[in-house]
Amino acid sequence: MTTRVALMATCLTDTFFPDTARAVVRLLERLGCTVEFPPAQTCCGQMHYNTGYRRQATTLARHTARTFADYDAVVAPSGSCAGMVRDLYPGLHRSTVRVAGRTYELSEFLVDVLGVEDVGAYFPHRVTYHPTCHSLRMLGVGEKPLRLLRAVRGLELVELPAARSCCGFGGTFALKNADTSTAMLADKMRNVLDTGARVLTAGDNSCLMHIGGGLTRLNTGVRTLHLAEILASTEEEPWVATP
Amino acid sequence: MGRNPVTWLGSPTFPTAARTALADVQLRGNLAHATGTIRTKREAAVGELPDWERLRRAGEAIKDDVLSNLDVYLTRLEAAVTARGGVVHWARDAAEANEIVLGLVRAAGATEVVKVKSMATAEIGLNEALEAGGVSAIETDLAELIVQLGEDRPSHILVPAIHRNRSEIRDIFRATMPGASPSLSDRPAELAEAARAHLRRKFLSAQVAISGANFAVADTGSVVVVESEGNGRMCLTLPRTLITVMGLEKVVPSWRDLEVFLQLLPRSSTAERMNPYTSVWSGVTPGDGPREFHLVLLDNGRTATLADRVGRQALRCIRCSACLNVCPVYERTGGQAYGSVYPGPIGAILTPQLGAGTDDPGTASLLRSLPFASSLCGACYEVCPVRIDIPEVLVHLRGRVVAEKPAYAPEAVAMAAASWVMVSPRRFRFAQRLLGPLRLLARRGRVRRLPWPASLWTDSRDVPAPPRETFSAWWRRNRG
Amino acid sequence: MASSREVVLGRIRAALSDRPTAPEVPRDYDQTRALGDVIGLFAERAADYRALVRRVRWDDLPAEIESSLRARGATRLVAPADLPAVWRVPGVVWSLDAPAYPLPVRTLDRSDGVLTACAVAIAETGTIVLDAGEAQGRRVVTLVPDYHLCVVREDQVVGTVPEALASLEPTRPLTFISGPSATSDIELDRVEGVHGPRHLEVLIAG
Ligand code: SF4
Repeated sequence: MTTRVALMATCLTDTFFPDTARAVVRLLERLGCTVEFPPAQTCCGQMHYNTGYRRQATTLARHTARTFADYDAVVAPSGSCAGMVRDLYPGLHRSTVRVAGRTYELSEFLVDVLGVEDVGAYFPHRVTYHPTCHSLRMLGVGEKPLRLLRAVRGLELVELPAARSCCGFGGTFALKNADTSTAMLADKMRNVLDTGARVLTAGDNSCLMHIGGGLTRLNTGVRTLHLAEILASTEEEPWVATP
Repeated sequence: MGRNPVTWLGSPTFPTAARTALADVQLRGNLAHATGTIRTKREAAVGELPDWERLRRAGEAIKDDVLSNLDVYLTRLEAAVTARGGVVHWARDAAEANEIVLGLVRAAGATEVVKVKSMATAEIGLNEALEAGGVSAIETDLAELIVQLGEDRPSHILVPAIHRNRSEIRDIFRATMPGASPSLSDRPAELAEAARAHLRRKFLSAQVAISGANFAVADTGSVVVVESEGNGRMCLTLPRTLITVMGLEKVVPSWRDLEVFLQLLPRSSTAERMNPYTSVWSGVTPGDGPREFHLVLLDNGRTATLADRVGRQALRCIRCSACLNVCPVYERTGGQAYGSVYPGPIGAILTPQLGAGTDDPGTASLLRSLPFASSLCGACYEVCPVRIDIPEVLVHLRGRVVAEKPAYAPEAVAMAAASWVMVSPRRFRFAQRLLGPLRLLARRGRVRRLPWPASLWTDSRDVPAPPRETFSAWWRRNRG
Repeated sequence: MASSREVVLGRIRAALSDRPTAPEVPRDYDQTRALGDVIGLFAERAADYRALVRRVRWDDLPAEIESSLRARGATRLVAPADLPAVWRVPGVVWSLDAPAYPLPVRTLDRSDGVLTACAVAIAETGTIVLDAGEAQGRRVVTLVPDYHLCVVREDQVVGTVPEALASLEPTRPLTFISGPSATSDIELDRVEGVHGPRHLEVLIAG
């Protein structure tokens, strides 16, 4: 029996990081899932919710709940969007309770639902991993992403110092408190550079966009890459850098 | 230094104050060092207790019980304290509390009082009020003394002078402490010794002491002060008259409840198994300690906070300061940027609630900025010994700020537009296509500069160029 | 005009108009714990906080007190009047304090130290608790002198904080002491010795 999975691409990944979403599809199909992409999906409402616009967030949440109503498993390549749905949807509206219990962040889905740690990936690079705050503290994914990374052939995993410190993204925080956000980013970048890794990975493109935006601004030569893209890469079909 | 209850008058909004603080290299170094030290130690102290999570849940439940039955426990406390020879006073706000205390000090015929560090008296600006009434208040806690002598503002709940390092403290002592040796070194032990010598005489001659309270037990009337240096014991034992100012929410139902808090508090605050000294007293004990005891129960915005179903959990706080020490924002901006005696995550949720209803426009905009002074990383909630869901309250208070905005405020318009677009798949796909031209601005897949407000992002970070094809477009083309 | 008391209580009742229900307090945390040798643990933890700790035989107590005082060079000692007479060892000038004839603070300040017993001791935290009971004296007596020598009977040592609190009478004046006076106020780093006794010595007698 194959597992039927709905991909919640998230608005940011859909718009700016299609490679990540394609990687999720490839990876899940490789593991025997049937992946569907409900085309009505837009945004989970997290930005509105976290900025204090609860009413609009609820509207978006209800739309999201409707969009994914027919699926038993919804997978998002984002700790914060999955956290929004799972932790906060139940308190928003009665129609948004059900989807909460069926939504998973990618690494949780792989390890807890599919029960795999070695996904057959190949990625011959030096990599460090940043545990994003919401995946860490809201979802409690813990060591799961690291376990997945450790099983990747060719991958040299280096530990990120002060890994659990927030990178400073925080949604609209990055704009409303841009100075503080940048100071946090600077420390995160310093820690990343200290590892000597060529690739920084995480389970959330929002944080990666922030850290990556800083790393390229300073021409550090370190790239950011979503965990899904590393896990999707195989010896037959290795990841290739898009310019 | 003008004072409004809770906040410092004339304080800028958080982002503005943060900009100044972030540029202060000395401050950044001091904070990084101090918070780094205490974080590791707290983790070790907490890790020793196998039942830590169960203690946190018990602490949370006890405090929720207190809040749910606050009137019952306060009247019970009042009766118990009164029965043991204490006098209980009730204060609606800062002004009334200050008036009560000043009246008591005058009645005792004192012009000088010694003080144990207390957040409640800092919150109401008691020292300034006493000063105005001709009474000088001497802070006896080392860090408070450093702040007082340096004519500075506190920046931490537990260690108000955390923003100062040892050599700065030495300089303050040399310049302002009567009798301090000009050759005073910056060794912490020597600095502590200087403070001891300076305050010893004051303790031995003081007639009136003023303290706060960490806990007060409703059943028995026992008041608890947790401290380290012994200045608390001095103040609580030596003077004739003791005045304790306590926030309403500090009451706990029964003696047994302290078995939870005396484990949670020291390990969370100073990362010790137990703080050096904890004093417990009930009313007046003939022949031992003060002959007069006054307990001032302070509202000052607490009942208004209690009325908010989400926000009221902030009243569970036991002022341990663990949330400050782990906060990535606090770690970089320090406490003064929060413009209040309550800095850090707890300040960001408590100050706007206690200070709500201010009629000073500057203070009002500071209060509006505080709930946004967080990336919602959740580190505070993870360590809070009474499990205050600080991110939840921050978001809730953001909602209150948003609700007060006019519908035509630029941010409100932008957010309304965004949700209007995103609730419709058709409009959302169309908007995604509109981003396409951004590619024209990109070099090597990166956009380096955008006009305001996007410049708030691009001032320090690149934006990835939008891809040729969004994922949804790709899916439609290949799989749809 | 309503009194402030009535106003504040009225505000509280209004604030609780949603009638939040008090949760049941989960008391499933440890009341006691298998800590092994509690006496040894107490000795170790008290020493961790820079108390000087010695384990002695009850019968040798007077001699041990004498040797502690000699080592410290203390010759003028304060003690509560009900201190066991055999503890008031010779070679020392003893000033006795009682509520009925309290010693002036100046005398306490000029003494070399104070000797007392305690009410209970907590192994896990290295804490001694005084409750102004037998052989412990008024609170000020153990506060002003710079050296506190405290005798803990082995049977007074309990494992955990809950065990200790259960054995105490909350309406007595209580002082919990964990090591000598200390501060973390300079760079959040602990330094011993501010206003309370800067030297704490504990004799565990059994
Ligand atoms: S909010 Fe929690 S962590 Fe912060 S000071 Fe209060 S009790 Fe401590």
